[in-house]
Amino acid sequence: MQTKNIIIAGVGGQGTLLTSRILGGIARRAGYDVKVSEVHGMAQRGGSVVTYVRYGDSVGEPLVEEGQADILIAFEQLEALRYIHFLKKDGVLVLNDQQIFPAAVITGVVSYPDDIVSELKKRRKVIAIDARSKAAELGNVRVFNSIIVGMAAKSMGFSKEEWLLVIRETVRADMVEINEKAFLLGYNS
Amino acid sequence: MKNEMPTPAELMLGNAAIARGAYEAGLKVASAYPGTPSTEVSENLTRYRDELYCEWAPNEKVALEVAIGASISGVRAMSVMKHVGVNVAADPLFTIAYSGVGGGLVLIVADDPGIYSSQNEQDTRLVARAAMVPVIEPSDSEEARVFTKRAFELSEEYDTPVILRTTTRLSHSQSLVYPEERIEQEIKPYQRNIAKNVMIPINARGRHLAVEARMKRLADDAETVGLHQVTYSDRPMRVKSVDGSGHEELKVGVITSGIAYQYVREALPDASILKLGMVYPLPRRQIEAFATRVDRLYIFEELEPFIEEQVRSWGIPCIGKEIFSIQGEYSIQIIIREILGEQYEYDQPLSVPARPPILCPGCPHRSAFAVMKKLKLHAAGDIGCYTLGALSPLDVIDTCVCMGSSISTLHGMEKGRGRDYMKDWVAVIGDSTFLHTGVNSLMNMVYNQATGTVVILDNATTGMTGHQHHPGTGVNLMGEKAPITDIAALCRSLGVEHVHVIDAFDTDLLEKRLKEEVARQAVSVIIVTSPCVLLKDFVPKGKCAVIADKCRKCGLCIVTTCPAMRKYEDGLVEIDPLVCTGCGHCQKSCKFDAIRKDT
Repeated sequence: MQTKNIIIAGVGGQGTLLTSRILGGIARRAGYDVKVSEVHGMAQRGGSVVTYVRYGDSVGEPLVEEGQADILIAFEQLEALRYIHFLKKDGVLVLNDQQIFPAAVITGVVSYPDDIVSELKKRRKVIAIDARSKAAELGNVRVFNSIIVGMAAKSMGFSKEEWLLVIRETVRADMVEINEKAFLLGYNS
Repeated sequence: MKNEMPTPAELMLGNAAIARGAYEAGLKVASAYPGTPSTEVSENLTRYRDELYCEWAPNEKVALEVAIGASISGVRAMSVMKHVGVNVAADPLFTIAYSGVGGGLVLIVADDPGIYSSQNEQDTRLVARAAMVPVIEPSDSEEARVFTKRAFELSEEYDTPVILRTTTRLSHSQSLVYPEERIEQEIKPYQRNIAKNVMIPINARGRHLAVEARMKRLADDAETVGLHQVTYSDRPMRVKSVDGSGHEELKVGVITSGIAYQYVREALPDASILKLGMVYPLPRRQIEAFATRVDRLYIFEELEPFIEEQVRSWGIPCIGKEIFSIQGEYSIQIIIREILGEQYEYDQPLSVPARPPILCPGCPHRSAFAVMKKLKLHAAGDIGCYTLGALSPLDVIDTCVCMGSSISTLHGMEKGRGRDYMKDWVAVIGDSTFLHTGVNSLMNMVYNQATGTVVILDNATTGMTGHQHHPGTGVNLMGEKAPITDIAALCRSLGVEHVHVIDAFDTDLLEKRLKEEVARQAVSVIIVTSPCVLLKDFVPKGKCAVIADKCRKCGLCIVTTCPAMRKYEDGLVEIDPLVCTGCGHCQKSCKFDAIRKDT
């Protein structure tokens, strides 16, 4: 199989690390060679965070380079815009339709770009959802990333049961049930 | 190779795989100081706490010396640190290379090409060569596990400490690992041997020659060390001509190691590749043989031209740093452009506002820096999350060199320019950093009659590296309750007469004390306490909210750059209740009582 390349972009603290581990976990379970590249340390403190997942018959490089991603999962609009050029022409962006202002925007030094979603749609195929509101309806906003994973899962070809198994293995025990619900909400949407 | 059955392979971080390898090798003692990207090695060792001992030491010098002691006592021992930590540990490292080992002694060092979370990009291979310590380098997690085990064997076979070098990309990438059982090692019987273990001049002279002989033996044996991997290809490749004017067809060979190998193997399937598992000393005969089989030889190594310079010194023509940068991480596109001479095309990145790291909502440092800024203080800074105090809008920190340097640089400034010039300066350092190497500097200030003020931002953890314990937190790496180093008492014992402990959010008192102490003609310490909001047991103090009809939309609260706050186009401010910790910092900034705090 040709190596599949996925990028997860977000803001430090949004759970990009956990998400990349779930995606790596499902590929490992299916018997693929896998590489997951993470970000730790200072960059995590509210900064732009990007992680990479690659799987296939034999994977060398842990990174996904510009123009090579099959799927871009973005937890925030500005981060989607920052990494959209990493997607292949026929790649898909799965977007959590949320805005988090960087410090320079908060203080008014620069402004947050207008109408990012239509900018993104001009460039690539975009699936956008306000996952935060949906997660809030489920009872915990923090599980919004499982909704996004559920949406991305539809174009990755593993079975629903396999996904649920990996989620159970990866998330904290007391959070399993709500994460499963969140995943299914995205998967069935 | 998509299997029907799940494989027994585990997806493991490079750092977790190093810990696994050390465990399997029968490791008995490990000591480390946290530092990105090395920290997770020690954290993963705690999984095996029933069969080995691991600890956080206050700094890397202490950590390596603990490992040295364990090795001399006859057990396998390890120390773990980031590249700049080796500078701190350089003193014991350079001399233990002379003494050699009892039980196997391995030093894990994580370099940071690209400078994701460090103050420089130094190359540990150069330090290792200066110290005459062999370096081995894995290229994925499974190799990290296997090479770590091999490092212990080599250490004992050649009577030398061995450095296993990793990089950020390897340490923080997960790939498949095939764990094996642990093999307990027999404890080497202790024998008093002062010629080897007491490095006084008469002994050290002899050992210097012994070290040279050992490195030569290791270089001669490099082929049989078993860490190198060579693949030959007879297929000619189309590559960029040397003068860059066009292309030519020839047989290409690449010498590479570590993570850089992964880019080569994907980008150049038709090249011959010599992947070096041990990068110091180098296998000269193998490299010479490899070079004769190819028409053009590239050396593809991140950071310094370490392999390249040695290869050139043997009269072997090669191409390296004239086309590859000494700065940053490598990639496949670098190979496509510089070796293949092809365009690497993709959409141009869009111009997007940057999102640098920022202090968390509720971070006590924000409150402390606001007071220092109000008083127009400059700070000699240090290494930690609080280094962000150099950036706008905090703008308090003027300098940052290395761990513990804030206090001593402040002292040097005063000695250089005089007391009056330094009247609006302080040193700012964190609790973990103070205990790392700040203590000596404070001792120096007292001893040499400085008059500066040291602000210790005590958030009860080693924050930036991901919340590791230290001697001041009351818990050790194994998770056990530990005696607490009382920082205030420690400062007093050094002779500091004016020591204050103030809550980071008691800004009135902090302002008063800062004014008093900065003016005082004596060394003083202000310990600003409040736990890091990311600690597991942190309890939020409540939630702040904007009272819409009182808000004058002046934006003063927004200038605090708390990430919990956002301003709408109509000027109204909203505070995200999900991330607000109720620290009340924004409330203090509001002149119209338009922010309330619900507890």
